[in-house]
Amino acid sequence: MESLEILTAAVADPFTYARKLKKDGGKKVVGYMCTYAPEEIIFAAGAHPLRLFGSNKNIILADGHLQAYCCSLVRGVLEDALSGDLNFLDGMIFPHTCDTVQRLSDIWRLNVPAGFHLDVVLPVKLNTASAREYLIDVLNLFRSNLEKALKVKITGDDLRKSIALYNEIRNSLKRVYELKSKNPQIIKGKDIYTLLRGAMIMERSSYLKLLQSAIKELEKSAIKTTNTKKKRLVLSGGLCSHPDIYSVIEDAGGDVVADDLCTGSRYFAGLIKTDGDPITAIAERYLQRVICSAKHKDNKSRAENLIQTAQENGADGVIFMLLKFCDPHAFDYPYLKEALDKAVIPSLLLEVEDQPQAQGQLQTRIEAFLETL
Amino acid sequence: MAEEKDPEKEKRKIKSVKKMKDIMTTYYIEAKMAEQTGKKVAWITSGGPVEPLIAMDVIPVYPENHGAMIGASKMGIDLCQKAEAMNYSSDLCSYARSDISCATVNGGPIGGLPKPDMLICCNNICGTVLKWYEVQARYFNVPLFILDTPFCHTQFTDEARKYVRKQIEEYILFLEDVCAKKMDHDRMKEVGKISVEGQRLWQAVLDTAQNKPAPLSAFDAFFHLALIVTLRGTKLAVDYYKELLAEMKQRIADGIGAVANEKYRLLWDNLPIWYRTKWLSEKFAAADACLVADTYTSAWCGALKYIDENNFLESMAEGYSRIYLNIGIDEMAREVIKMVDKYDVDGLVMHSNRSCKPYSFGQLDIQRIVRKERGLPSLMIEADMVDERFFSESQIATRIDAFMELVRERKGA
Ligand code: SF4
Ligand code: SF4
Repeated sequence: MESLEILTAAVADPFTYARKLKKDGGKKVVGYMCTYAPEEIIFAAGAHPLRLFGSNKNIILADGHLQAYCCSLVRGVLEDALSGDLNFLDGMIFPHTCDTVQRLSDIWRLNVPAGFHLDVVLPVKLNTASAREYLIDVLNLFRSNLEKALKVKITGDDLRKSIALYNEIRNSLKRVYELKSKNPQIIKGKDIYTLLRGAMIMERSSYLKLLQSAIKELEKSAIKTTNTKKKRLVLSGGLCSHPDIYSVIEDAGGDVVADDLCTGSRYFAGLIKTDGDPITAIAERYLQRVICSAKHKDNKSRAENLIQTAQENGADGVIFMLLKFCDPHAFDYPYLKEALDKAVIPSLLLEVEDQPQAQGQLQTRIEAFLETL
Repeated sequence: MAEEKDPEKEKRKIKSVKKMKDIMTTYYIEAKMAEQTGKKVAWITSGGPVEPLIAMDVIPVYPENHGAMIGASKMGIDLCQKAEAMNYSSDLCSYARSDISCATVNGGPIGGLPKPDMLICCNNICGTVLKWYEVQARYFNVPLFILDTPFCHTQFTDEARKYVRKQIEEYILFLEDVCAKKMDHDRMKEVGKISVEGQRLWQAVLDTAQNKPAPLSAFDAFFHLALIVTLRGTKLAVDYYKELLAEMKQRIADGIGAVANEKYRLLWDNLPIWYRTKWLSEKFAAADACLVADTYTSAWCGALKYIDENNFLESMAEGYSRIYLNIGIDEMAREVIKMVDKYDVDGLVMHSNRSCKPYSFGQLDIQRIVRKERGLPSLMIEADMVDERFFSESQIATRIDAFMELVRERKGA
């Protein structure tokens, strides 16, 4: 698939891609780290939102700022920033999520010289009227701060166009997931991962075109699931930066047919209303979307959502991929697992770090788990 | 046979300690009898707004204070392991871990906390409490109120102010609902005033450590802190701190220091290492060093500047949002430097506490800023406040010795 090749190249080296976009397309590049970054507003400002993941470099410089009990995502991103790899950024935005990113923002502001710095101090709860009002206030504040930082005006029209584009991207990604769930052999897990990651790295309009052409090819695809013995799995956790895991699962006789990840379905879940005030509409999506564990909605919706995802996709089991030292997700794991147990859905916990690790061990555990299903 | 008492040591003992222990015992007995006396119990985070609870005659109970007691009584490892058996990762905050498992087994030094009728969670200290209180809300199946205090990286925005003020109204409504009675606003005003008075007295107590020698050390402050946390807004706390303040003034008049031969004055950062306070205090005292101040105990009076005692409810929105752990690292560093100057400090002792990420991430930057601005030597101790498995005595002892060497050199003694 040609579209996939272009995407794979961009995803493999996002910094080169972004530098080129900046140089050739004259785009300002704004970094962010999480799905609570209101990308639609950045895009509406004519800038390019680039999601950072942290490369697998050895941590040297970040060690001087963050102790070893900090998650590898944050340490990795800071390492990239301090080593100068992110010098091309025109700015960085930090939506409030966990304690670790909260401190990363301060450390960044004090130590990383490149570009402007905006904190988007979102509410932590998303289930009250005053939190809704505050969320809208904060997004409006972000809009005007971003206008100042980028020296542009963001009109209502800009926002509406951006929202329309994002809705299409999200709809298309949802379509990819549907195709995969219906017919898991049609596309490899690692390619799904690439399709998703592309949405956070590539220029969004050109990305959408590639995504749509990939979907067309998938729809035409003659491959039909033959091996019906393969186990259907759901991945759950924060972010996945281990594309290898998909191949490991596939080799062990399984397929990932759905997920509950912020680099997965949480990225495209929920559309933005196209009528009414656009900022309010963006806020509404956050209020309705399934939450990340760093946010509060009620005490059980994540579990309900996970069970629903597993059941709707006919999953045989769930694999939790938790990043070591990630507090919010570690706090949710026991109750999610308990809820799965009650629903008689088997699950496996994998604790991972961004740094390359014992692949063999991972493989053995996944194989053993699949055998029990 | 009675032990032979060392008069030197006896002289140095703070007399109020016994009273404090009595008050805390009575407090926990009353809390545990709440079911019989018909009073409601609220679990609340240490940085949470307790005053409306006092005004509503609700007994506030602090899982974090309980966590500290668990740590001090060296019951941390057992309870943390129980939490791990419940699938909670050993990388999570050990207060949370020990409290979560303790609730299911009624273990710990006081046989568990009294069951809550409601949970009050204010995230001005961390995001951990949000998750922890969700866990307890599921377990006890009681209403949870979250006071969301937006983090103040560089400022407290008008948007945030409006949001927090609105939530304080919601908080009162929540309490009226759970308690099925109206808030008495005159009583609330009075409680607000008493709270401010208590905080001022606590600050005054800590201020006495400016004297050389300091009549109390940070280790003493860790102990005497309990009332400003748990009984803030009550007469009891005010009366107690008046007495404690008088005792400190008397010690100053009598020339009694917390450390026998105070030559070096140090500042402590982060939570205490509860299971080793005695060892640490003796270790430093043996090097003629007194930890005269700390960033932790002063957090319960640090936001006084934002609070108007005559308009407590409104101003508390800002006061509770701008506490030490809810501000940016640079502002924290400025606070540390202020304390360095105020208490005439010779060195910085930082506890890098793997339990508490919001307190510990940024310490390395604060350390650098303080070193640059004041040229102070500093020591980083890697440990955990409750979970002893992360404390290595020999390693820490060696590092303290090396650090004290630097402090001595710098003072030219
Ligand atoms: S992985 Fe967890 S701890 Fe790390 S940034 Fe994400 S939410 Fe925060
Ligand atoms: S020790 Fe730190 S992480 Fe734990 S409850 Fe206290 S502030 Fe939160």
